Amino acid sequence: MNASPAPLAPTRAPSLHATGMRKVFGELVALDDVELHVRAGTVHALLGENGAGKSTLVKCIMGFYRQDAGTVRLDGEEVHVRSPKDAQAAGIGMVYQHFTLVPSLTAAENLVVARADAPAIIDWGKERAKLQAFMARMPFRVPLDVPVADLSAGEKQKLEILKLLALDQRFLILDEPTSVLTPDEADEVLGLLGRMAHEGQITVLMITHKFREVSAYADDVTVLRRGALAGSGPALSLGVERLSRLMIGETTLRARAERRPVDGDTVLELAGLFAHHPDGSEAFHGINLKVREGEIVGIAGVSGNGQSALVEALAGQRPLSDGRIFIRGEPFEPKRDAYHRFKVFGLPEEPLKNAAVPRMSVAENIAFRSFDRPPISGAGGWMSLRPLRQRAQELIERYRVKTPSPDTPIEHLSGGNVQRAILARELSGDVDVLVVANPCFGLDFASVAEIRAQIMDARNRGAAVLLVSEDLDEILELADRVAVMSEGRIDYVAPIGETDRTTIGKHMAAHGP
Amino acid sequence: MDLTDSALFTVLVAMLGGAIRVSTPFLFVAVGECLTEKSGRINLGLEGNLVLGAMVAYATSFHTGEPWLGVLAAGVSGIFLGLIHGTLCSLPRVNDIAVGIAMMAFGTGLAFYFGRPYIQPPAPLLPSIPLGNWTGIPSLQRALEINPLFFVGIAVALLMSWFFRSTRWGLIVRTTGDSAPAAKAMGVNVDLVRILATASGGFLAGVGGSFLSLYYPGSWNEGLSSGQGLMAVALVIFARWDPIRCIWAAFLFGAAGAIGPAFQAIGITQGFYFFNAAPYILTLFILASSARSRSSAREAPGELSIVK
Repeated sequence: MNASPAPLAPTRAPSLHATGMRKVFGELVALDDVELHVRAGTVHALLGENGAGKSTLVKCIMGFYRQDAGTVRLDGEEVHVRSPKDAQAAGIGMVYQHFTLVPSLTAAENLVVARADAPAIIDWGKERAKLQAFMARMPFRVPLDVPVADLSAGEKQKLEILKLLALDQRFLILDEPTSVLTPDEADEVLGLLGRMAHEGQITVLMITHKFREVSAYADDVTVLRRGALAGSGPALSLGVERLSRLMIGETTLRARAERRPVDGDTVLELAGLFAHHPDGSEAFHGINLKVREGEIVGIAGVSGNGQSALVEALAGQRPLSDGRIFIRGEPFEPKRDAYHRFKVFGLPEEPLKNAAVPRMSVAENIAFRSFDRPPISGAGGWMSLRPLRQRAQELIERYRVKTPSPDTPIEHLSGGNVQRAILARELSGDVDVLVVANPCFGLDFASVAEIRAQIMDARNRGAAVLLVSEDLDEILELADRVAVMSEGRIDYVAPIGETDRTTIGKHMAAHGP
Repeated sequence: MDLTDSALFTVLVAMLGGAIRVSTPFLFVAVGECLTEKSGRINLGLEGNLVLGAMVAYATSFHTGEPWLGVLAAGVSGIFLGLIHGTLCSLPRVNDIAVGIAMMAFGTGLAFYFGRPYIQPPAPLLPSIPLGNWTGIPSLQRALEINPLFFVGIAVALLMSWFFRSTRWGLIVRTTGDSAPAAKAMGVNVDLVRILATASGGFLAGVGGSFLSLYYPGSWNEGLSSGQGLMAVALVIFARWDPIRCIWAAFLFGAAGAIGPAFQAIGITQGFYFFNAAPYILTLFILASSARSRSSAREAPGELSIVK
């Protein structure tokens, strides 16, 4: 290769044009002749389902992958980016979904070590003065001397963006920037970036799958579907209806299940639950919540506020330090026979990790709740495999799990199909209590619609459902009542008809006393 | 009354002197391990570095008549073992704990194999600096005869603390140890940083070994080290990955190791073996208590295989 090195970073917002982008992984065509035109000084949304090719496209631009065909032009000039370092030199920076900050370093140390020209010996007096002068020019601030591990998710996100701005990166790529932010924090961060873009300081490319963010913040939008360009244009001219059509194509989604009124008795009661993290800090504090028969209670909150610890505690993966769980007035210990007796079922987040044994077959995984009871378990502890396979076969058909055979290891299935197989196991019987955590994370629209409908069906059959979700839209769609969890506490519970996105968002950001 | 006072005094002085002597190899191994662990690797094989270093130092001093050359050669042998460990662990799916145990056996085996001819002949030892002449008390004078390596060890610990805080390379090592993805996103070659950190840590452990054979106890034999290299790993956890706290921790371990000989000095021989076991009991106690400590969990480098 004798192509010229990447040009020096521009000092004003650049435009970016990627044309004819193609990338093939083995059999899979991840990108097929995709175009992306980002005008200088705009916020551009890159919209698409999981697996549509958004991250492949961005990774080619960032130099993680080398595209098989296609060119990238920055301000009209072709750039050859072979590594993230080249991208940095060209002024292209990215904020990843998973933070790239170093947890044990302070904000100041993180900002200094990220610089390619950081001095070999650091004069902290001088550096600190420089950083403070830089912070004073920025629209948002972050404490400099606190280890990053102690910052909130919102502050970390801001620090990631500040890091890129400090490096003079003028083309910012944000990967699902609002997934860890409260609605208010998202409004603040995206609003400020939008203002900087319109002043001509930066250009922003934002990966998202949320229509709301597209209509609220983006100037232009490009939609990808299955590795190909589905459409693009000004955000204002493309309505939500049109965008969703572009995103999901002609697939018909399962219609939303009908909602029956709630009038049952209390089934699940959490009474003053406390638990700690392994490092001794508090995971959640004094959780009181009641779920009635045929009711979905949604727990909203930004990731990392104790929700996953609560689900772990209900699943018996984490000991409670105080409090009791009652089901129909009887104390409940999260143990296997109690699950069976009280008919408690669950769908934890990341089911492949938390609810399946990846290398065991689909049929075996489906039998986890039933293998030690008749008809599979016979006299003398012997298992008979025929009913196990028969049952699996039935459920695979009923829940439309796409698998080559019941004997395929479950880890070979796609995320949506793993989720369906686990749902089949957990929902096929008589369900009294269902605990669900982020059931649709990372799934395509068809699976999402299917799984939400299944949850609604379980509710309508009389199950008490506790739904923990970081996706506020999911909670607004499914829940009968909303509880908001923030810093390990639940201080706000309201029926869905008496609350709205803004109120919930305020409580998501609330800090405990 | 006077007798117990002087007995107590004798024990304390013997423990002080012993702590200074015994702590020096601990200090070198611990500071070396601290550097390696800060980069995200655990090298359990430093016991091998220590023993090989002791043998190489003794042999070099015997042949050249120059003990300080022996110290340097011991360091180089440590680099050699560290490079092997670092490189092996950079291969995909290779576990650093398993490699460490293999390297421990390899290092000691190598030392015993090549060290056989050096068990008998005496080699020139390292000199010490008499710092206690002003006291006029013979026992205190003996305790304050201090080997320069002790001060070198303290200087290295202070230097390393400064290195981690105020140099670009120091921040890069900490970044690599805490979050390999972050380091990669910065364009840092994570494996290279870890190999270099393991090699440098190996150097320091080798120097620690030279102290054993060239100063205290001051001879080469196969029972020279009694697990100091392994205990130093526990010591790093106890010091919560801070080189300066490593100094205090090494001193504590040194003092514990000096309890047995100190009691022997005043004629208490009962429980001698029990007192000699003090450092090992301390190690067990420290590992059990620090595993439950919250601050230890917070300060552990995020990439360490025992923490993940």
